Amino acid sequence: MGERVNRWPARLHVVTGKGGTGKTSVAAALALGLAAGGRRTLLVEVESRQGIAQLFEVEPLPYKELRIAKVAGGGEVRALAVDPEEALLEYLDMFYHLGAAGRALRKVGAIDFATTIAPGLRDVLLTGKVKEATTRSQEGRRAYDAVVLDAPPTGRIGRFLNVTAETAKLAKVGPIKTQSEGVSSLLRSPITSVHVVTLLEEMPVQETLDAIAELSALHIPVGRIILNATRPALVTTGKVTKAELKRGLAEAGLPTDASTVNGLATEVRAHLTRQELEESLRTELTETGRPLVELPLLPGGVDQAGLDELAAVLMRA
Amino acid sequence: MRAERLDVDALLADPSTRIVVCCGAGGVGKTTTAAALGLRAAEVHGRRTVVLTIDPARRLAQSMGLSELDNTPRQVKGIDVDSGGELHAMMLDMKRTFDEVVQQHTTPQRATEIFANPFYQAMSSTFAGTQEYMAMEKLGQLRATEEWDLIVVDTPPSRSALDFLDAPARLSRFLDGRMLRMLLAPARSGGRSMFSLVTASFGLFSRTVQKVLGAQLLTDLSGFVAALDSMFGGFRQRADQTYRILQDPQTAFLLVAAPERDAVREAAYFAERLVADRMPLAGLVLNRMHRTEAPGLSADESEAAADVLAAAGDQPLTATALRIHANLVRQTEREALVAATFTDAFPTVRTVSVTAQPADVHDVDGLRTIGTLLA
Repeated sequence: MGERVNRWPARLHVVTGKGGTGKTSVAAALALGLAAGGRRTLLVEVESRQGIAQLFEVEPLPYKELRIAKVAGGGEVRALAVDPEEALLEYLDMFYHLGAAGRALRKVGAIDFATTIAPGLRDVLLTGKVKEATTRSQEGRRAYDAVVLDAPPTGRIGRFLNVTAETAKLAKVGPIKTQSEGVSSLLRSPITSVHVVTLLEEMPVQETLDAIAELSALHIPVGRIILNATRPALVTTGKVTKAELKRGLAEAGLPTDASTVNGLATEVRAHLTRQELEESLRTELTETGRPLVELPLLPGGVDQAGLDELAAVLMRA
Repeated sequence: MRAERLDVDALLADPSTRIVVCCGAGGVGKTTTAAALGLRAAEVHGRRTVVLTIDPARRLAQSMGLSELDNTPRQVKGIDVDSGGELHAMMLDMKRTFDEVVQQHTTPQRATEIFANPFYQAMSSTFAGTQEYMAMEKLGQLRATEEWDLIVVDTPPSRSALDFLDAPARLSRFLDGRMLRMLLAPARSGGRSMFSLVTASFGLFSRTVQKVLGAQLLTDLSGFVAALDSMFGGFRQRADQTYRILQDPQTAFLLVAAPERDAVREAAYFAERLVADRMPLAGLVLNRMHRTEAPGLSADESEAAADVLAAAGDQPLTATALRIHANLVRQTEREALVAATFTDAFPTVRTVSVTAQPADVHDVDGLRTIGTLLA
């Protein structure tokens, strides 16, 4: 357990990545992994996508922290889909004891209005809720050993996490400013770590590099690069000649007709091109100096067993 | 039942096709598909074509001569124009498009006030749906010029790929909402105080808002909505117009997906939505489908043979080649299963598969190759 803490030292793990790289699966696997050994973790989503519910094949999540998985050793993962409207009402209630006034606000559409017109305010509410869960204590102990946030994609992550800058444009004084400053200092402390999920493909890698540069400039701690859906390398040292293929196929008792030989040669060429590209992308990622974790491709898609497998790989990393 | 093949060439050649909208989840090759369709329409079908992209990869943008986001179509050089076609491309500048809309619907003095307001600045660059709305606005503008035979649109990489359909309605609902009416009440009654018309719930409301947000923020907000007020009618009219253009049979929606569970699920969701909104769905483009070049060899026999060769030790390259082949065959089988989840649910939607390229496309030759695979 102590070892795990050292390997994933933060308490708030923010998982981002380009769309399609599997960041929701990785976030879920991380929440499962960190819950091992009787710990309790919270998996949070903020984009109203219900990605967690789809992944765990359960009904859409309400604005409530519900257990979504039990982990061997007595641990558990809870999940929460943060809804900006609910978060605003909760926030108002907590600080202003609004009660009926809060409901009136909803009735006139004020909540919708406030969260629509100023996305910076919305992001403060979302990250504010994440901060509250991360720092919450119950009966003298932390409510959660770790919180994992399935965050917006790389293209929007800087703006999403840079809450003070966005709200400062609108609220120069007052409670919202105080709130955003609290969130901001948590996000810039060692409690937080932002992990970037990518595939070995050009655009996700480029966005990963851009996001790391952006987050570093904002002084938000970047954790690991998580290389998702990797395949075991079939390293081939060079082009195989058709004559050689033909001899090999004959030796193996397979057909040696021209179309089979040419077909295989074409496939090997494409594989080599792909391999070279992947190598150069891997080098680019390594050069960032960030620790790289590789997760295997799960051929059948990510199911519960697959998530457990990914969790195990993450915890060994 | 196997879905019929989508005939992309027939679609691009048909003079009554005036708009092609590419939509789908992020990361499935939407922009590349849009660019390849535009290139093919120009080179093969002789059409004067413009491609509207939202957020192209840098190298792809450069290959089309788009070095900056200047919001005007630029002709793509270095393409084959023997057919008499032309290809132009542009990147959407969301903020500038919004500014133009504002300028068009109000006086220069009001426009200056609006541009200076912090709420406008926040909304024009970050309002959820602004990018989608502005993409549709730009599409409407391009269509209105009657300058183009064909407009190919790449939709924004939304968190939900449907946002662009909802954006105009959401924006107009927002501008028309009760909240905005309340904030505008004093401006309309000519009162100095923002909340001069105090009703029971309104008093409660204003006290709450003052308490939470502070007075300075309210002043800015009130100024912003008062300025926007003059543009209500125009905004809503535009949004409705764009929606009707999308519904017109001269528009063709192409769903773009890759053979991954999430992307296909998104495409299915989109197909349902397009049908429900009576939008003309032309078909599905399945990008990045792998194919085997030696279909006679099964995965199992290739793998078994590779094991035999590896044990013998004298044909290592052939053994590796056979393993590469076996992996590829298994991958094509998995992809076919994923793709079938869509075609089973929507047997009448025509489909075309595009073979995966070993490397990303970032030049005109690459786009031409994709275009050939699409057709």
